[in-house]
Amino acid sequence: MGWGQGTARAIVVDAKDNVATLLTDAKAGEAVELVGSVRGAVTAVQDIPRGHKIAIASIPRGSYVFKYGEVIGVATADIGVGQHVHVHNVDSLRGRAP
Amino acid sequence: MTAFMGYERGNDRPGVRNHVLIVPTVSCSLGLSELALRRAAEEVGKGRVKLLRNLHGCGQAGADLEQTTRTLVNTALNPNVYAAIVVSLGCESVDADRVTDEIAKHKPAELVRIQDLGYSRALDRVRSLAKGFVEEASRQARREFDVSELVVGLECGGSDYTSGLVSNPLVGMVSDMVVRAGGSTIISEVPEFIGAEHIYARRAVNEEVRSQVIEAVRSFEEWLKREARVDFRGAQPSPGNIAGGITTIEEKSLGAVKKSGTAPVSGVLGYAERLGDRRGHYLMVTPGYDIESVSGMVAGGAQVVLFTTGRGTPTGHAVAPVIKVTANPDTAKALGEVIDYDASPVLDGRKGFEEAARELFDLLLRVASGQLTKAEELGQDDFGIFRIGPTF
Repeated sequence: MGWGQGTARAIVVDAKDNVATLLTDAKAGEAVELVGSVRGAVTAVQDIPRGHKIAIASIPRGSYVFKYGEVIGVATADIGVGQHVHVHNVDSLRGRAP
Repeated sequence: MTAFMGYERGNDRPGVRNHVLIVPTVSCSLGLSELALRRAAEEVGKGRVKLLRNLHGCGQAGADLEQTTRTLVNTALNPNVYAAIVVSLGCESVDADRVTDEIAKHKPAELVRIQDLGYSRALDRVRSLAKGFVEEASRQARREFDVSELVVGLECGGSDYTSGLVSNPLVGMVSDMVVRAGGSTIISEVPEFIGAEHIYARRAVNEEVRSQVIEAVRSFEEWLKREARVDFRGAQPSPGNIAGGITTIEEKSLGAVKKSGTAPVSGVLGYAERLGDRRGHYLMVTPGYDIESVSGMVAGGAQVVLFTTGRGTPTGHAVAPVIKVTANPDTAKALGEVIDYDASPVLDGRKGFEEAARELFDLLLRVASGQLTKAEELGQDDFGIFRIGPTF
């Protein structure tokens, strides 16, 4: 059995996460069904490609982004629910030049 | 099924292949080695004789030269190698006599030095040695060995969102199955522990190993920052990782360490260090660059490698079969010719993790028993050495 057809879907790996990973492309305005550790739905506010992350909670600038229940970086801008979360609004906490 | 058909190697673990290996000690002797390989293949058939495409071996010193030498010797000592032919130019940094002597302690090894014999005689000597060793090797038959005799390398390359969600956890389950059966697994790619080392280190068997894991990651990160003098965020995650949806090295690492499953971490190995008799799950210090990482683990003794990929890669290794796994349905389709196990049904919920792990474990044993991987069929005999010093 697959997840079914006709809705954008995203997987939440850990209940602590504030992002979900899209299993299908999502179009702006489209409802995204959440599967995995959190069930529910969010609305994509912009086009987001499959494999990329969508915010499932608001993430204020300077606060941590969680995936796998762990910190994957820090928000460099205020991120609203349904926004694309990627290199344009998240920075790594590691690997900076001295 | 918990057994495989391998080749007896005396006191060492069994081989899953029975290769005759040509080992050029320097890139200057690589050309002649390539020619000898082609001529030998005309006589004995393809795939019997393998070549380490070594691009280093001269203008090197100190720990860097030692590491190159160790990688060459230990790759030849991998149980998949029946015999080795060391091909030296004669004036390189690598000590070809030492390389040959160290290999000869464990298996047949001969040295051919181009400057001593002359070009044509050296070429013919390599070819005839290869032919003779293949004839010897072909007299050996496979026999049954327990899974506990396997050392499996765990690698990921060209990662995307599917790697951390499906293929790495899947390989982690297979790693646990191997370790539970008394076998060994090695994970590597230390830069891809950055941001996830605290989770992995919790599984260390004792405080000493725990601090070795943390120190391995810390010192590698410091070395990269000091040497490159730039953010390594341009390289980790790679541009392809970012296009595939991975945002930061922490995110990549958290997905990458899932390849290691849940087994206790028994110790930390240096680059290309032989595992020897040790059992259980180990971390080897290698860079994230697939070719050098896989080469380190094969030199360490891995007879087989489980390799997950999101975006797809044709890579293999000269000495060890590399089983490639993807959970990305597009990659499974577009690059099906290079993928050995399609885990995409797990991503879309059509297949459970348990079932897929059993299938992958069975494939591992079939490959260990002689089934060719896609990379072997394609002749992807990759090899690379992790350099840690300048070229003079």
